[in-house]
Amino acid sequence: MPGTLLKVAAKSAAGPDSGLARAADRYLPPTPTNVSDAERVVSLGVGGALLLNALAGKHLNLLSGLAGGYLLYRAATGHCPGYQALGLSFANGTGPATAVAAGAGVKVEHGVTVNAPVEEVYRRWRDFERLPDFMTHLQSVKVHDDKKSTWTARAPAGMTVRWEAEVVTDTPNQVIAWRSLPGSDVDTAGSVHFRMAPAGRGTEVRVSLKFDPPGGKFGSFVARLFGENPDQQVRGDLRRFKQLVETGETPTVEGQSHGRR
Amino acid sequence: MKAVCWRGRASVEVETVPDPRILNPRDVILRVTSTAICGSDLHLYDNFIPTMMKGDILGHEFMGEVVEAGPEVRNVKTGDRVLVPFHISCGRCFSCSNQQWSLCDNTNPNAKLVEKIAGYSGAGIFGYSHLYGGYAGGQAEYVRVPMADVGALKVPESLTDEQALFLTDIFPTGYMAADNCEIRPGDTVAVWGAGPVGLFAAKSAWLLGAGRVIVIDSVAGRLRKAERDCKAETIDRREKDVLNTLDEMTAGRGPDSCIDAVGLEAHGATVVDHVLDRGMQMVGMQSDRPPVLRETILACRKGGVVSIPGVYGGLVDKFPIGSAFAKALTLKMGQTHVHRYLRPLLARVEKGEIDPSFVISHRLRLADAPSAYRNFRDRKDEYIKCVLKP
Repeated sequence: MPGTLLKVAAKSAAGPDSGLARAADRYLPPTPTNVSDAERVVSLGVGGALLLNALAGKHLNLLSGLAGGYLLYRAATGHCPGYQALGLSFANGTGPATAVAAGAGVKVEHGVTVNAPVEEVYRRWRDFERLPDFMTHLQSVKVHDDKKSTWTARAPAGMTVRWEAEVVTDTPNQVIAWRSLPGSDVDTAGSVHFRMAPAGRGTEVRVSLKFDPPGGKFGSFVARLFGENPDQQVRGDLRRFKQLVETGETPTVEGQSHGRR
Repeated sequence: MKAVCWRGRASVEVETVPDPRILNPRDVILRVTSTAICGSDLHLYDNFIPTMMKGDILGHEFMGEVVEAGPEVRNVKTGDRVLVPFHISCGRCFSCSNQQWSLCDNTNPNAKLVEKIAGYSGAGIFGYSHLYGGYAGGQAEYVRVPMADVGALKVPESLTDEQALFLTDIFPTGYMAADNCEIRPGDTVAVWGAGPVGLFAAKSAWLLGAGRVIVIDSVAGRLRKAERDCKAETIDRREKDVLNTLDEMTAGRGPDSCIDAVGLEAHGATVVDHVLDRGMQMVGMQSDRPPVLRETILACRKGGVVSIPGVYGGLVDKFPIGSAFAKALTLKMGQTHVHRYLRPLLARVEKGEIDPSFVISHRLRLADAPSAYRNFRDRKDEYIKCVLKP
């Protein structure tokens, strides 16, 4: 979904409900991902080399520059207008049946033990609108009914992404599972399992999360360069969840005094 | 406010920094009335604990008056004179619930760093590097105390600051070191290091029923203090071979328990040992110098306990695990669970069973911190324990 990169940028710049964002949704041509992840990496390398060559030469080499730029566009967006014109696609695609197809996107799994009864731990997690208290990348969650909610998250480079989520399983004190709905900026699906730890050791919380960020696997690779590692994000979220449920606050030293650095 | 700030190896300065403020609902702000320099602060001073940053405020032994309290703090109020354990504990996690307070799951904001090195992280500690949370310390005019509803304890009017101050760290640390020895009546307890923790360990060994207490050091003044104030027999390691002497003193049995109250900056028994250990430390082949640790293991009787209150931070070379295994020793160690001991030991001080102020050798102003650190490190002027008055 390379077009979403532009759409997301438009929404971030002008606000999600702005005219610009609506116009972007409506008028930007559909630009499906049709380049495989491997080929995008190759495009990045070759395109970068061509562009550097074009800029470094004595005379500006227009042909080399254009070819380099075209390859970099394919690398960044995963969309090749040439393939589209020919009706070809080599994308590591997303099927319509699930939010994130097997083999696509990024999968993160992590667990934490919270020293509190399973009922309390489940209840705290099920309160979706309070999730941004410990999921620091979330800007807001708006719950519409038992099943539907709208999630807004901070993305790299100051952008935001938004998705509509649907609860697909909800068994109190055992499991909550959800997936994003079509039309979202990001395809995501996940579950959180709750289980009493043995002999009064609290509640084990296990999160399994899968998402296909704007730009696919390539996008998550780029995001990692900017320090937004999904695995660390989930670990941090779970640590803060435990701290919040157990202590009522998130221990911090931000804002405290110190001498000359 | 004025605060003692770390500026690099062997350099601290008293700087003017912003006053602390409440950051979380369970915080209080104290106006510090008394604070002390701990032997373990010297490991920071000598730059053996990684992740210190220029400008970090030092100090984890302090007490003072509550000047502001967060909305979740109900056990103390503005105006109360309180003391605060050196480590920060939430009181609600699995570790705290099991009385292992210094292993608190929640109070190190930099737990991620520690997990990479140690697997899991313990509690945050005031003024003790970013590895231990990066909390601003209490060698300052004011200090922010997180989780004060669990940590801060009101001090009875009848006790002076000097009698109460060491309950924040070194008295419970010496006491836990002796407690870990599982002393039975008649036991011989040997303590390496006649610094404040070693002296408190020696006193605590008597309180817990030891039959004989032997203290080992190389500073004459400190050994005299161990004999005079702690009724200990002493071995001056400059004059005698420690292992042989202990063997003779116990008629071939070895001490029932051995306490390493020295830690990672120990000096070797021989010049060769010391130069070798020092050299390996300098070239990064080991981060800690373990000659005392080695000696405690070799000296201990079969089936005995080696208790380690001295701080270690990383890796050591030639750890005699074979000796420890052959003699089926029990090794106990770790940061002190101060909250576990705070109230019982406060009761002992109130009853007059022990007056912790006996360790104080110097009383200075906060502004004197730079020279106090230097003199303490160099063991000048019979330095044992220095209290600073902000």
